[in-house]
Amino acid sequence: MITDKSKSTSKGVEQVNAVVIRFVGDSGDGMQLTGTQFTDTSAMFGNDVATFPNYPSEIRAPQGSLYGVSGFQVNIGSIEISTPGDDLDLLVAMNPAGLKTNLSAVKAGHTIIVDTDSFTKKNLQKAEYESNPLEDGSLDNYRVIEVAMTSLTKESLKDLGLDNKSIVRSKNMFALGMVYWIYGRDMNHTLDFFKNKFKFKPIIAEANSKVIKAGYYYAETLELIPNSYAIAPSTMPKGTYRIVNGNTATAWGFLAAAEKSGLELYLGSYPITPATDILHELVKHKHFGVKAFQAEDEIAGVTSTIGAAFAGDLAITTTSGPGLALKGEAIGLAMMTELPIVIVNVQRGGPSTGLPTKTEQSDLLQAMYGRNGESPVIVIAASTPANCFDFAFEASRLALEHMTPVILLTDGYIANGSEPWKIKSIKDMPLIKTKIVDKDSENGDPFNRDNETLARHWAIPGTPGFEHRVGGLEKDQITGGVSNDPENHEQMVNIRAEKVNRVKNNIPKLAPEFEQEGDLLVVGWGGTYGSLHSAVSGLNDEGYKIGHAHFNYINPMPKNTADVFSKYKKIIVCELNKGQFAHILRSQYNNIEFLQYNKVMGLPFSVTDLLAKFKNILK
Amino acid sequence: MEDTIVKKYTFKDFASDQEVRWCPGCDDYVILRSMQKALPEMGVKKEDVVFISGIGCSSRFPYYIDSYGIHGIHGRAAAIASGVKLANPKLSVWMATGDGDSLAIGGNHFIHVLRRNIDINIVLFNNEIYGLTKGQFSPTSLIGQKTKSSPYGNTQPPFQPGELAIGANARFFARLGGNRPKQMTELFIEAQKFEGTSLIEILQNCVIFNEGCFTKYTDKDVREDQQLFLEHGKPMIFGGNRDKGIVLNGLKLEVVTIGENGVTEDDILVHDAKCEDNILHHMLVKMEYPLATGIIRSYEDDTLEKREKMLTEEVKKNSKFSKVDDLFFSGETYEVS
Repeated sequence: MITDKSKSTSKGVEQVNAVVIRFVGDSGDGMQLTGTQFTDTSAMFGNDVATFPNYPSEIRAPQGSLYGVSGFQVNIGSIEISTPGDDLDLLVAMNPAGLKTNLSAVKAGHTIIVDTDSFTKKNLQKAEYESNPLEDGSLDNYRVIEVAMTSLTKESLKDLGLDNKSIVRSKNMFALGMVYWIYGRDMNHTLDFFKNKFKFKPIIAEANSKVIKAGYYYAETLELIPNSYAIAPSTMPKGTYRIVNGNTATAWGFLAAAEKSGLELYLGSYPITPATDILHELVKHKHFGVKAFQAEDEIAGVTSTIGAAFAGDLAITTTSGPGLALKGEAIGLAMMTELPIVIVNVQRGGPSTGLPTKTEQSDLLQAMYGRNGESPVIVIAASTPANCFDFAFEASRLALEHMTPVILLTDGYIANGSEPWKIKSIKDMPLIKTKIVDKDSENGDPFNRDNETLARHWAIPGTPGFEHRVGGLEKDQITGGVSNDPENHEQMVNIRAEKVNRVKNNIPKLAPEFEQEGDLLVVGWGGTYGSLHSAVSGLNDEGYKIGHAHFNYINPMPKNTADVFSKYKKIIVCELNKGQFAHILRSQYNNIEFLQYNKVMGLPFSVTDLLAKFKNILK
Repeated sequence: MEDTIVKKYTFKDFASDQEVRWCPGCDDYVILRSMQKALPEMGVKKEDVVFISGIGCSSRFPYYIDSYGIHGIHGRAAAIASGVKLANPKLSVWMATGDGDSLAIGGNHFIHVLRRNIDINIVLFNNEIYGLTKGQFSPTSLIGQKTKSSPYGNTQPPFQPGELAIGANARFFARLGGNRPKQMTELFIEAQKFEGTSLIEILQNCVIFNEGCFTKYTDKDVREDQQLFLEHGKPMIFGGNRDKGIVLNGLKLEVVTIGENGVTEDDILVHDAKCEDNILHHMLVKMEYPLATGIIRSYEDDTLEKREKMLTEEVKKNSKFSKVDDLFFSGETYEVS
């Protein structure tokens, strides 16, 4: 059943540092679970990993359709892995639509595993194939492993008394079993997973275990060998790890910030893709006193957050682009009342409803300027799934220490992608000094500012002696009362801007990677870190004088930004939008020329494309 | 236990240093003074009182009460107040709002706070007009009403705030004319005592843009005859001569005269504000003659914060996590050495 159609003569085993595998099938085929299991098992084996789930916005798109294909890509390696990878070493396609939409990503000569049972006339039609690709020679450049996975799954479960639907649903585990054998991975993690997950439905646990073993032994019997495999564990720093995706890491960062600051955590949120998993995670943690409030809409999400912040909680709200638009007025109120809230925007493809399940970085200008009046807020961005933890913590720290809203930008790519996280203990996190005053505080006036940061005091209800009102109307800079005085208004606008500007003194300097000076500086921000890092790393190995400066702090920017820029002959700003960060940079550093590289396809950067672009500039 | 002793306040303790800026003759002054009189009688510490508002004439209210407060954005007071109360259920949370603020732009938050039954006391200043934007029709303006935005008469049918509230499963609803300071003070104290969302609709005369809109019910000369002031457990009797009463005739409420056609006081309906079934409350809210005022509904039910507290305690009791490190290092971790 191995129809090796590859024209390549080298069939030997290639030992490589990293391989990229993609599982594709119908959106109900369990591809996300299959991919996650392979990822976790490989991480526990000691590989570095990075993942990229890519799925349609329909929950169960019509079976077999091209737009209903759900995929999960994972890059595993014995070296540092920064991205889920571009081109595939192995594609597992559960149906013709999956094959059709993903074939172009497979490296020539590399392996494709297909479920032949799904290559029916009807499915081929749905995938708009005029002839069967398994027969018409169009896969000659690949090594195709044809397996009747559905029949084999049925066969292995025939004695279990399960209904046909449940049986067929297990076929993804047949594929996983095969891939485990191919890459020499142990099945036990997944077997335990099913035992736990279906504690109360032992027959389902047994079915999944049987099928995964059937797939594993089937591959063993056929002696399936990949073209290439990465066997060695990677050399990551010593420590205790776990696999996290960005949304979980974000939620946990807030849990840590609440414990560190001694505050209770409040989340006001309305479900929206791809941010909802943060809500899902935080509602679990009532044991830490988390108050997670599913509000009636986006506006109630943020305004209840403002109320909770006034009452003394670490108060956050989570959303995606359309939700940020709805929250704009309220963020202005939080800025005006100088209350510490965090707004998380897990960016997705826009504009309007856009591409809900795809990634983009096109809400940057909205985060910076999307409010009426002069209303600066702190804007920071996480850049990898794991460091969503650090930046959720950091967003909380900056909000609480500077008494102003913080917008934390992540994106669908790092929110759903996962990677190993070297677990941080609460004791290793920086201190958070809140501005809370108690009844005995001298000079605890809530409108009194810190000379250094300009942050005001935080007098929370229940504290006698500091009763006060805040609101959206302009306030007198001394008394805090409503003021329409022209001079006072201008001074207050300046004070609020300067307060955000002085956050510069409380954040780390920009530290470019690779060459500290040279021919080209690659500039990025947020979730593109992995792709840019991989590309610059590759060119650096080839001897190019290239550096990579990645921004996590966008408003304000690190103090030494201009200094860093001055060390390179050319600067290129790479973003998954039409040039929003470049626009901001030009407004602040108007004597510097910024080249641009922009993509808006709802996908992360391809490292191959980046390499070509940078080489072209460096010619 | 020193903390639990509430000092004796007077109304002056709740008057802020801000100059009150409503139009002369506005009922808002009556509401403010009634509230400042009620607050010292509630047994609540001044620092535990929080006033939240949205936008509009009514929403200037928090500035004038010397306690904690937020003057929010248009329509969102209910959501802001919900966040305050959920963050710290010990606080006495009040909301000052208007018919535009809560029934138009903030309609969504308004129905959901009532549905959830969070212990917030809402004072709805209903003047059937937009005041601060200078005289456009509101969701409670009458059909035909001439306003700045309906010069030929309003064509949009109005809401009855009480009907909307009962439809949203409000547990406490009261209505009162804006010229009844004594009853208002008592009502505010009752609202504070009630655990759950309390909604008090004040029929508030806007002297500038809708002068006299409620006079047919609220004028001193007519109010005894035109209003039925409800009290729980008491018969629904009204009128200057206390000879009119309400009976249920089929599915309709009907006004009868005691002593005529053999009607005696025993035939008159007795007000049950506390029953769960709200059908009669709904009928009372809809009644046009007489206009039902006082506490129309006051049904005790678990508040959201109580449900949350019980659930949290249960989860805490059964959880193996007490510090975040317990969570971070639990489950599927692995060592890299």
